[in-house]
Amino acid sequence: MNFPHCPLGPFDIPLIFVSLPQLLSALLITIQYVFLSLAVGFVLTVPLALMRLSKKRWISMPVYAYTYLFRGTPLLIQLFIIYYGGGQFEWIKDTFLWPYLREAFWCCLIAFTLNTTAYTTEILRGAIANVPHGEVEAAKACGMSKWLLYRRIILPRAFRLILPAYSNEVIFMLQATALASTVGTATAALDLTGAARVIIANSFAPYEIFLTIAAIYLGLTYLIDLGFRGTEHYLSGHLRDRPSAAATPAMIPGLR
Amino acid sequence: MFDFKGYGHFLIDGTIMTVTVAIVSMIGAILLGLVGAGAKLARNRVARELGRAYTTIIRGVPDLVLLLLMFYGGTVLMQWLACLFGHAGTIDINAFITGTFVLSFIYGAYATEAFRGAFLAVPKGQIEAAKACGMNRWLIFYRIQLPQIWRFALPALGNVWLVLLKGTAIISVVNLEELTRKAQLMNGPLKMPFSIYLAAALIYLALTAMSETVLRTAERRARIGERAA
Repeated sequence: MNFPHCPLGPFDIPLIFVSLPQLLSALLITIQYVFLSLAVGFVLTVPLALMRLSKKRWISMPVYAYTYLFRGTPLLIQLFIIYYGGGQFEWIKDTFLWPYLREAFWCCLIAFTLNTTAYTTEILRGAIANVPHGEVEAAKACGMSKWLLYRRIILPRAFRLILPAYSNEVIFMLQATALASTVGTATAALDLTGAARVIIANSFAPYEIFLTIAAIYLGLTYLIDLGFRGTEHYLSGHLRDRPSAAATPAMIPGLR
Repeated sequence: MFDFKGYGHFLIDGTIMTVTVAIVSMIGAILLGLVGAGAKLARNRVARELGRAYTTIIRGVPDLVLLLLMFYGGTVLMQWLACLFGHAGTIDINAFITGTFVLSFIYGAYATEAFRGAFLAVPKGQIEAAKACGMNRWLIFYRIQLPQIWRFALPALGNVWLVLLKGTAIISVVNLEELTRKAQLMNGPLKMPFSIYLAAALIYLALTAMSETVLRTAERRARIGERAA
């Protein structure tokens, strides 16, 4: 390539606007990845965390092995094993799993779900272990069965305790979905980073497009933070100072 | 299942490269972390805001996007600079330098938080005593704070290292021949993706496990001066 005039074009703002529809539809895929993997992961997390806390080693050890394996290896490798790994075995192609395992979308979803479940299980385990012992004793003294104890006392308390760590996990998952762009770039279901890479391959305008999607990711992260802070505020009302006496009548209509 | 027909050394070469990249990036991250923590704790408002912007951006933008931005953006920029200086033709920017730079930049933000906490953990009385002895800010930093923050920052820095070690895998995307990339290359002739990537995963797991052992020992040593509760 010869550049007689050294063309470093000006920042191509029209290109950003032209690409926006494509990027926004890819954003929907990214949001699907985040939402679905977190939702399925969360449902799996509760029984797994309880198993992980079991005193019977044959129940807790397999869960520990699972979380250790998935927390100790890169998500990218996990994704490669799931997406490419199936191809090594002919028999997998005859199973009902194959229609899913050959699609990049499903492989990414499986990898993200298994990964976030491993992390969230350990977060929830820590939270359950940190529920104040007095509350558990009080519940037992009230004659609660084990099931009732978990449903009414331990789990609600643990869910509140995990909020700060869980918000980090949600944000981490949002960032992690960018890895979907490393497999199956030919599929229709491109995530935000994948779509950006395709646009850049055609336009070779890395600054414009990457800075745009960086701003989109940053905005989403801000929204997630905002949502979690609101939830924490809502759930911790009993821990905040009461409104001062002077302000009370005016602030609470209908009082007095 | 793990018979790699003479390609096994790919994994060893890749592991060496991964560890090299991780160590170089960690050194960079520690230096950036010290600067970042200094900025976040500074009296100067501009410095504080810059520090905050740094950690916010890193937290909110995927590392892969930062890497690609730096790699492709860097290529465009270098091409243009080279052209200005009369060099015609394409330029490839070095994947090792870009990769370690990006990783240092990303994990520097996490190290910033680790060091910020550590600086705040140094008892105020010691700083006051140093001031009373007539030390200036630099001397206080160098003689009082710096020797102690390592101890306070060690657990958090250990976590940064563990995440960084796994984070090096993304550099395979810009074709730096670390463990993940080597596994991809091996898969070309061997066509046994499950075995190869599983072997790579187990190597990462072994590196993590070894790091954890070293970190536990280091943390025990760092606590040696503390009285047990």
